Amino acid sequence: MDSEEAVGTTPSTAEGPDEPVRPAIPAQPGSFTDMQTSTEFGELRRAHRSFAFPLTLAFVSWYLLYVLLSNYAGSFMDTIVVGNINIALVFGLAQFLTTFLIAWWYAKHAEARIDPKAEALKARMEAGE
Amino acid sequence: MSPSTVLAGATAHPLAAGGAGEHRTLIITLFSVFVAITLGITVWAGRQTKDATDFYAGGRSFTGFQNGLAISGDYMSAASFLGIAGAISLFGYDGFLYSIGFLVAWLVALLLVAEPLRNSGRFTMADVLAYRLKQRPVRTAAGTSTIVVSIFYLLAQMVGAGALVALLLGATGEGSRRWIIVLVGLVMVLYVTIGGMKGTTWVQIVKAVLLIAGTLLITVLVLNKFHWNLSTLLGRAAEESGKGRAFLEPGLQYGKDGTSKLNFISLGLALVLGTAGLPHILIRFYTVPTARAARKSVNWAIGIIGAFYLMTIALGFGAAALVGPKAITASNESGNTAAPLLAQEVGGGAGSTGGAILLAVISAVAFATILAVVAGLTLASSASFAHDLWANVIRKGRTSEKEEILTAKCAAVVIGAISIALGIFAHRLNAAALVALAFAVAASANLPTILYSLFWKRFTTRGALWSIYGGLISSVTLVIISPVVSGNPKALFPGLSFDYFPLGNPGLVSIPLGFLLGWAGSLLSKEAPDEQKYAELEVRALTGYGAH
Repeated sequence: MDSEEAVGTTPSTAEGPDEPVRPAIPAQPGSFTDMQTSTEFGELRRAHRSFAFPLTLAFVSWYLLYVLLSNYAGSFMDTIVVGNINIALVFGLAQFLTTFLIAWWYAKHAEARIDPKAEALKARMEAGE
Repeated sequence: MSPSTVLAGATAHPLAAGGAGEHRTLIITLFSVFVAITLGITVWAGRQTKDATDFYAGGRSFTGFQNGLAISGDYMSAASFLGIAGAISLFGYDGFLYSIGFLVAWLVALLLVAEPLRNSGRFTMADVLAYRLKQRPVRTAAGTSTIVVSIFYLLAQMVGAGALVALLLGATGEGSRRWIIVLVGLVMVLYVTIGGMKGTTWVQIVKAVLLIAGTLLITVLVLNKFHWNLSTLLGRAAEESGKGRAFLEPGLQYGKDGTSKLNFISLGLALVLGTAGLPHILIRFYTVPTARAARKSVNWAIGIIGAFYLMTIALGFGAAALVGPKAITASNESGNTAAPLLAQEVGGGAGSTGGAILLAVISAVAFATILAVVAGLTLASSASFAHDLWANVIRKGRTSEKEEILTAKCAAVVIGAISIALGIFAHRLNAAALVALAFAVAASANLPTILYSLFWKRFTTRGALWSIYGGLISSVTLVIISPVVSGNPKALFPGLSFDYFPLGNPGLVSIPLGFLLGWAGSLLSKEAPDEQKYAELEVRALTGYGAH
């Protein structure tokens, strides 16, 4: 972490390494902050976060539930459903199914709720507003 | 359950080294054809590679579907094909966790990482982090962890390659094993240095199609033997495993005691959080023109990879049922050769022409798989070396594009040499377990910083450095003092004993630590978070404004 000191606290223009990642942008320095605090951008952020965050929490919990049940609820997971197929296998296959469904659901959501908003704001910034 | 009548002739034979002549020629022929075709593609792609965007990001010219196939090709490694089939064939249900974790993990990439990364980054993972944090220290850290994760991953692939060679050439093939690993290393360096990202992407696409086709063929042949009845297949696998119904239940490998149960949780956590931190996967999102195409490519990848992992049920349990654990462990202690042995069995058994042909085909597919994945890893790590460490840290941004690309090519040669050396070393470990370590390092060192950078206003450079170095050092140290490296006959150094940490996978400790350090480092920073830079990053990440 000593490399932090090597750079110094105030990145000056002479350092140069900033250029490769940040291309020339017509927008004024303050315009990103203006955009970030605008109502429309707030809506775009909410459209993404209010969908992605709870869903991430949900599928990670659902997956961890499966891991924990496999570990600590052996007799439940060993219950036979039909033939040699037990609850553990059904649970595993259900993880596949929910993964496919969530991927499909997010794609639908993004196309309907996120993409149009993002494109409108992008166009607005490119117009140099 | 007595499906034995169906399988009267299906007793397993360990592959005798002596009778390997005919399939050896066939494998070498098929593999040479694959190498010739892919090198041809690479040369063609190399001619179209003119600037850095071509070399690092394939000119951002791929479609969502093409990139989805390429992601699948990059992701379905020797660990997935050889490792999982082996783990299921030996430990039954517990091996299946890999398939589930490896797939579910894609949702993290889809929902949180792929699109903002595509919008705000350029060539490497560190591009996104360098946006709002101090470039040089953060690039140094991210470049280091990229290379460490990639080398763990490379090691797993080389172990798979070594196991295959040992299977095909028998115990007499120790010298040949080395030569083939050297050959794999050389070809992968050629792919990367000549073809760059464009060439490597096409190699992934060809390989993904071959792997899916090969796996589908074996799956159909296995299920056909059991009259398309999964229950019968599972019953037979349980019977042949010698473990009975326990083979189909959780706990055979990880249920022994409290420690092994914790190890299972640790592994599960590393798998689900690792994918979105794997550098060679992250840079694939840069090969498409827009965030929308990045999302489409992840969705395709989830479909393709999901279908593949469903088929690992047939591969793994099929190998247990038809080849049997005795023959599998006789060939490779960790089960890495279960899939090719199964191919030989469903083709008609050892000694039959059908068996020899299928063994050759599946082995060639496995070699192609390994070759493509190591090429992707070499590209990711050499790109990070050239773009992050060389151009932006060492040369402080004063390089030409030409010099940067040349550096990347030299780095690819060095990384190729490192992986060849490692591959000659390690061969007792299960490829899937090894890859899980790469996942743990990625989830501990990379994922927290990526998520904090994209979504947390108060994140600072100190937070990033604490998180990356803390996650990296803790996960690697815990691996070094784990039972994977020493203290038991299956370890990397079986003769030594410094296994102070009981878990085979460090994720349970190092992942929360990585997140915690990122949070604590940010709060304890002297510098205030750069709000203007975060505004710029957030706006660009979400809208795609100014994306390259």
